Amino acid sequence: MKRSQQPVDALEHGAVPWLLAGALATAGPHASHLPAWLSLLVAGAMIWRAGLWWQHRPLPARWLLGLLVIGGVAAIAWQFHSLLGKDAGVAMLVLLMALKPLEMRSRRDAQVIVMLGFFLLLTHYFYSQSIPTGLWLLAAMTLLTGALIRLHGGAQPVTTIARQAALLLLQALPFLLILYLLFPRVSGPLWGLPQDAYSGLSGLSEQMSPGSISNLIQSGAIALRSRFAGEVPEKADLYWRGPVFDAYDGSTWRAAAAQRAGPAPVIEARGPLQAYTNLVEAHNQRWLLALDVPTSLPPDSSLAPTLEALAREPLRVRARFSLVSALDYRANRVEAAATLTQALSLPAQLNPRARALAGEWRSRTPEKIAEAALAMFRTEDFHYTLRPPLLGRDAVDEFLFTSRRGFCEHYASAFVFLMRAAGVPARVVAGYQGGEVNPVDGYLTVRQSDAHAWAEIWLAGEGWVRIDPTAAVAPSRIEQGIAAALPEGEPLPAIIRLDADWLRQLRNRWEAANNSWNQWVLGYNPQRQREVLSRLGWRDPDWQSMTATLAALCGLALLIVTLWTLPRRRPADPVQRAWQKYCAQLAQRGVRRAEWEGPLDFAQRVARERPDLAALTSEAAGYYAELRYGRSGEGQLRLLQGCVRRLPPSRRRRI
Amino acid sequence: MRPGEALQRWLFRVTRDEQLPIVLGQRRIFIVPTRAGGLFAIVLAVMLIGAINYNLSLGHALIFLLAGLGLVAMVHTFHNLFGLRLIPGRAEPTFAGDLARFPLQLENPRRQPRRALEFSFREQPVVRVDLAADGRATIAVPYAADQRGRLDPGRVTLATRYPLGLFRAWSYPYPRWACVVYPKPLRTPLPTPSPGAAADHHHGDSGQEDFAGLRPRQLSDPTRHIAWKAVARRSDEQALLIKQFAGGASDELWLEWSLTATNRSVEDRLSILAGWVLAADEQQLRYGLQLPGQRIAPAQGQAHRSHCLQALALYGEA
Repeated sequence: MKRSQQPVDALEHGAVPWLLAGALATAGPHASHLPAWLSLLVAGAMIWRAGLWWQHRPLPARWLLGLLVIGGVAAIAWQFHSLLGKDAGVAMLVLLMALKPLEMRSRRDAQVIVMLGFFLLLTHYFYSQSIPTGLWLLAAMTLLTGALIRLHGGAQPVTTIARQAALLLLQALPFLLILYLLFPRVSGPLWGLPQDAYSGLSGLSEQMSPGSISNLIQSGAIALRSRFAGEVPEKADLYWRGPVFDAYDGSTWRAAAAQRAGPAPVIEARGPLQAYTNLVEAHNQRWLLALDVPTSLPPDSSLAPTLEALAREPLRVRARFSLVSALDYRANRVEAAATLTQALSLPAQLNPRARALAGEWRSRTPEKIAEAALAMFRTEDFHYTLRPPLLGRDAVDEFLFTSRRGFCEHYASAFVFLMRAAGVPARVVAGYQGGEVNPVDGYLTVRQSDAHAWAEIWLAGEGWVRIDPTAAVAPSRIEQGIAAALPEGEPLPAIIRLDADWLRQLRNRWEAANNSWNQWVLGYNPQRQREVLSRLGWRDPDWQSMTATLAALCGLALLIVTLWTLPRRRPADPVQRAWQKYCAQLAQRGVRRAEWEGPLDFAQRVARERPDLAALTSEAAGYYAELRYGRSGEGQLRLLQGCVRRLPPSRRRRI
Repeated sequence: MRPGEALQRWLFRVTRDEQLPIVLGQRRIFIVPTRAGGLFAIVLAVMLIGAINYNLSLGHALIFLLAGLGLVAMVHTFHNLFGLRLIPGRAEPTFAGDLARFPLQLENPRRQPRRALEFSFREQPVVRVDLAADGRATIAVPYAADQRGRLDPGRVTLATRYPLGLFRAWSYPYPRWACVVYPKPLRTPLPTPSPGAAADHHHGDSGQEDFAGLRPRQLSDPTRHIAWKAVARRSDEQALLIKQFAGGASDELWLEWSLTATNRSVEDRLSILAGWVLAADEQQLRYGLQLPGQRIAPAQGQAHRSHCLQALALYGEA
C-alpha cells in the first residue's frame, strides 16, 4: 500500500496522441532528404504505435524493438558509410524518434520523447533556415509544449492546452529577444566539421567546362544581394567578379596554380567610386563577388593578383561585406611576365582552324584583333542559346565554324582562344552579370541565373580590359538580362521568366522579407552583433558586460512575467470591503471577529464584551446582514460605511 | 532528531499551521528543477554547442526560446501553488489497517485554474486534484493507519509539476491534525453474560431494584421485566413495556479486559475487545467496557460505541 507512486508516473492513454503528433511534426519534414527506406520505417512505426493506441493493445516486446534499432543503425551505417557526420546523425535521431514511442510506457519515457523532439527541431536548420521553416518549427514547438502540458496537467480540452502552450511561448518571447541580442556570439565551428557539413551549396565552381554555367542558369536561387550607397549603376556595368581562369586544356578552363602568387594588383580608378554592401549566399568558395574592380575591401579578405576579392575562408554561411569598387578603372598596367605568359598559353595542336584564323590577325594591333573577333560574332550567323550542340575534341573550331550556337561560356572561351592564338594576352572571368532591383527594399538581387562568363585582354598602357563577347551576339543579355536575350522555349526557371506584374510584385515582397530575415536573423553573427550594439550606443561591448546585462535583463523580464501571471485580486465587493473595514477598526479596539463568526453573532459578542460599542456594532451588523442576505441597495451601503466613521477614536480606550 | 531532519526543519520552517485558512505565500513555496528539467538543460547546452558549431542563427533563436520557455515554466509552476487557501477538516476515526482520511478544503481565489496539485503525507499515497478558476474542492488526504492510537500524520506535502514538468514546486502545510485509530478488531465469540462477574465489580448493586424507566419490549427481554401494570393502563396492547433498571442487570454484557486471553499481547487483547464491541453493537446489546483503570457504564448506540472504541484506541496513552 505504501509508495503507490506507480499510477502517478504511468503514461495516460490520452497523452499518447500528443506525443505521436509531436514526433511526427519534428521527424516528418526530414523525409525530404532522408533515404526512402528510413522514411517508410518511420511512417510504419508511427502507424503501428497509433494502431496499438487505438486498440488499447500492449506495446511490443523489448527484444523486438532492440532488433529494429540494431537493424536500423546498421542500415544507416551502410547507407551513409559512417555513423558520424551530419546526415547520418540526423538519420539516427529520426530512427530513435520513430522507435521510442513503441516503448513509451511511463511519463519519463514521454519526457524523453519531447526532449528528443526539441533536439530534432534544431537539426532542421542544417537544411533550411527560411521563414517557412521557422514558422513550421514554431508550430511544432507549440505542439511539443502542449504535449508536456497534457502530460503533466491531465485531460483538458485541446483548445485549452493549445492556448496555454501559446501563452507560455508568448511569455518566453522577451527572453528570446534579450538572449538573441546580447548572448555573446561565438563564430563557429568549435571543432572540425564532418565532410558533408557543406554539401548542397550551389554557385560558381573552380573550373569552367562546357555546360557548367548553363546548368547554374537553370536555378532561380539568389546568389547575392547588394545595396548601393548611391544610385544603382547601369545594368550593363554590373560585372560581379568570381573566379578568373587562365589555364585551358582544350575542354576545361582552370585557374593556373601560379596565379595566386603574383604581386599585388595596382588599380587606378578613372571614375566615381561605388560603395555598396554585398550579402553573399554561402557557396563554399572564397570569392566575395565584388563588382569589377574593388578598391576597398572588408577586413579578413584580400585582392588576388587576378583582381578577384577573396575571403580568408570559404563562405559557408551567408555573409555580409562592405565594399567599394571603381567601375571605370585601369588595372595592372604593368603586369608580371609570368602572368602574361600564362595568359598566352594554349594547348598544342588543338583547334587548327581557329589558330589559322587568328594567325591572319597577328600583324594588327591588339585593339584591332579584338575588334575583328567581335565583328565576326556580330556579323556572322552566331546564336545565343542555352542548348548548344555537344562539341567534340576541337571544341573551339567546331563552335566557331560549324555549330555557331552557344552560351556565354562558349563565346568567352572561343574569344580568349582566338586572342591568345593571335598573341594578345587574354583570360576568362566567371561571375554574375546584372541583377534586378527589388523595389520593396531597394536591394539589387543577383540570381544564379545571372551567372556569366566574359573575357579580359591585356593591353600595354591600358592594363586588363574587359571584353564581353556575349554582348556582341546578344546585347539584350547584358542590357536586360537573360530572359530577354534567350528565344522562347529555352529552359529557364519560371521565377526569372515572370511576366505577370502581380506575381513579380509578390515575389519581390517575399524576397524582401527574406532579405531582412537573412540580415537580421540568419546573418546575426559576432560582427553584426557588435554593429547593432554600437548603433544602440554601446561601444566596444565585451562578453563580461554583455553577460551581466543579459542576466540583468532576463531577471527583469522574469519579474515582469511573474507580476503578469500573479493571481489577479478580484476587486472586492464594496459591501464586503466596508464590513471588513468596520471589523478591522473594531479589532484595533480589542474585539477581533473570528473567521467563522457571522455578523449578528459577532454583534452579540461585542454587546457582551464592549457595551460601549454595542449599539453601533449591532447597527453595522444589521446593515451588513441586510445587504448580504436581504434586498437593499446603495442607501444601506452608505449607512454601513458611515458606521465606520462614527466609531469613537480608538485612543479613548487607553485613557 | 537526525541532522538531516534538523536541516530540513530549519530550511522549510516546519511549524504547525495554527491560523486558518492556510494561505500559501511565497515564503513557504519551494521550487527546484526536476530530473526532466535537468535533462532539458543538458539538451539545451548540447543544442547550443551544435548551433554555434554549425553557425545556425535560427538554431540560436530556437534555443533561446526554449530557455525562455523553461524560465516561464518555472514561474507558472510557482504560481500554480501561490495563493492557494487550505482549510483542514476533522478526520473521522478509523480502524488500524484501514486508510485514515484527512479532509482538506481547497480554495482557489484566482481567475486561472490550478492543475495537477498532488497531496500526500510522507511515504503515503498521493491524491491529485485540479481546481477550476475561483473553484473549491474538498479532498481527503489518505494515510495508511497501521497502529491504534492517536495518529498524527505530520505535514502534508503539496507538490506540483504543472505545466511542463521541468520544475517541481512544493509546500509543507502542517495543520493541527489528528485521527483516532481504533484497534484492528479481532472477531471472537462474545463472552457470555455472567451476573456474578458483573456483581463483583459493582459491589452488590442490586440492579433490579433501581428502577430507571420504561421502554418498548424487544424479543430478547425476559418476561419477568414486563411492566404489566403499565401495559394494562395503556389502550394499545401491542406495545409491551419493559421495566428498565440501572446498574448491573443480568442482560447487560460486560466486556472485560480480564475476559480476554491473558496469554496474548496487550494489542491483541485490545483487538479482541474491539471485536466484541462491534459484535455487541451489531446485536444491539447493552454493553459496558471494563479496562484496567477505566470503566464505561453499559449503554447502547453509536455514541457509546465510539466512546468504547476510543477508550480502546487510546488505552495506555496519556
